[in-house]
Amino acid sequence: MTPLPGLIDLIREKLHGYILSENTFRGETSFTVKAESIVECCSLLKNTLGFSYLVDVTVVDYLTVKFPRYEVVYMLHRFGENYEENLRIRLKVSLEQDEFTIDSITSVWSGANWLEREAYDMFGITFRGHPDLRRILMPEDYDQFPLRKDFDVRDRESSKRCFERALEEGLE
Amino acid sequence: MEKVEIITEELSTEADGTRKHTMMLNMGPQHPSTHGVLRVVLYLDGERVKEAVPHIGYLHRGIEKLCEDITYQKCLPYTDRMDYLASICNNIGFILAVEKLLGIEDEIPPRAKVAEVIMFELGRIESHLIGIGANAMDLGAISAFLFCFKERERIYEILEMVCGARLTTSYPRVGGLPQDLPEGFPDTVRNFLKIFPKTLNEVDSLLTRNKIWIDRTKGVAVISKEQAVDLGITGPILRASGVPYDLRKAVPYLDYENYEFDIPVANEGDVYARYLCRMEEMRQSLRIISQAIENLPDGPYIADLPDIVLPEKELVYTKMESLIRHFVLVYNGFETPPGEIYHAVENPKGELGYYIVSDGTGKPYRMRVRGPSFVNLQALPDMVKGGFVSDVVAAIGSIDIVLGEVDR
Repeated sequence: MTPLPGLIDLIREKLHGYILSENTFRGETSFTVKAESIVECCSLLKNTLGFSYLVDVTVVDYLTVKFPRYEVVYMLHRFGENYEENLRIRLKVSLEQDEFTIDSITSVWSGANWLEREAYDMFGITFRGHPDLRRILMPEDYDQFPLRKDFDVRDRESSKRCFERALEEGLE
Repeated sequence: MEKVEIITEELSTEADGTRKHTMMLNMGPQHPSTHGVLRVVLYLDGERVKEAVPHIGYLHRGIEKLCEDITYQKCLPYTDRMDYLASICNNIGFILAVEKLLGIEDEIPPRAKVAEVIMFELGRIESHLIGIGANAMDLGAISAFLFCFKERERIYEILEMVCGARLTTSYPRVGGLPQDLPEGFPDTVRNFLKIFPKTLNEVDSLLTRNKIWIDRTKGVAVISKEQAVDLGITGPILRASGVPYDLRKAVPYLDYENYEFDIPVANEGDVYARYLCRMEEMRQSLRIISQAIENLPDGPYIADLPDIVLPEKELVYTKMESLIRHFVLVYNGFETPPGEIYHAVENPKGELGYYIVSDGTGKPYRMRVRGPSFVNLQALPDMVKGGFVSDVVAAIGSIDIVLGEVDR
């Protein structure tokens, strides 16, 4: 990947005040930003620095590793002039304990819709302002969040309940 | 539109007081043109689609959760089962991601890299053949599908020759290839390069200037450049909308910058443009394969990294040390540095990304798969809105989804 060191500095400057920490590993830069400022950060990056493509939104559950537990990860891509100056960065947000909510970035990229729905489905994180926050992969009446680290994979009760309910509906 | 099941019919009142029938149709999950188990709920006003709501998750197996409990080597077979029409591309993408996490990209022998490029491009051709063939078959052109399938068989034969499996390849290993390329591999590939353009021309002559095909695809399911970028669409759909974004050029991996090839781009953003892009991409893949096969270097096929690579079988059976190493590597996996990486490859369907968080053990703490089909399918409601109900079939075919990857 082209290093574009000047651009990383520019991001630091633009997001000054929002950035809590920064980390580079294997040539990938991630910025941890304040949870309440995620929408502003994203629209700043999109509108002034040309990060027009949202690659991915996902969550990591650090249950026993660190506090706060959840980290929402956003991967952004910039095409650059004539699609030649490609740059990728990662934005991370730590969620406060007892409050698993964050502002939705669907107003910035409509592609965040399904990605945030999946994050909600798998981790139970609520995205404020999301137009259609429903489960996407699991059954609608499922009551657990499977990718949480404290999810018990041997507990089949929730799936059984969903299956039995679907069976009853089918018989009617 | 054969097997659509009518569930309910309701009356809605328009703003001007006229009452209209809005019919709700359930298309799928068992419908031949939904390419698997996709369910789309269509709200129809006569023949026009007012709204389409895709429902997914019927094939959800929780691959991301499963991978948290097994070593990196054992994750590899799960990646086959995502996009099973180009499983070799998923495998190589995953292997590259783990190699990036380990920081051993520079130690991969050139022979392994070139072989991976050949396999990757074969996977792309294989997937595009199904994409085009199935799209055409959904719209009634069965002969094109048969031509595509015949040629796909030849690719499967090459895959079988190299890795012993046809569909679920699980082929490369972290560090290189599990065994050297078989004898006669270059000749088989050269033979394929000779035969394949003929079939491509046959499919071309069946479809490209076919009046029915053009009528069914031109101006159908249009997605604009801005919309496509906003929705995060990648792959041939994005390029058919006029964005020349291809990871092989944008963020090169496997030394793709050393190969000469072009990225086909169209501006119309309709089903026909996507078809043309896929056709041209196959031709470009042939170019890449022919450059790679001519420059296939000799030498080792796997890196000399005893901490990561399994010892040779012969040594395991005869040497104590190798047996112990084999046991430890299979049981505990290799140690990874703590950290997180995201590595993406240009899969036939778009950007396939692996986001791996490592806590220093032999198992991924979290593995996230950014499947291209999952994100691309988001565009379906926008594509079909206001169109005819029969165009939904064309739109789904042109997105070229694989539900194994949508649901993971």
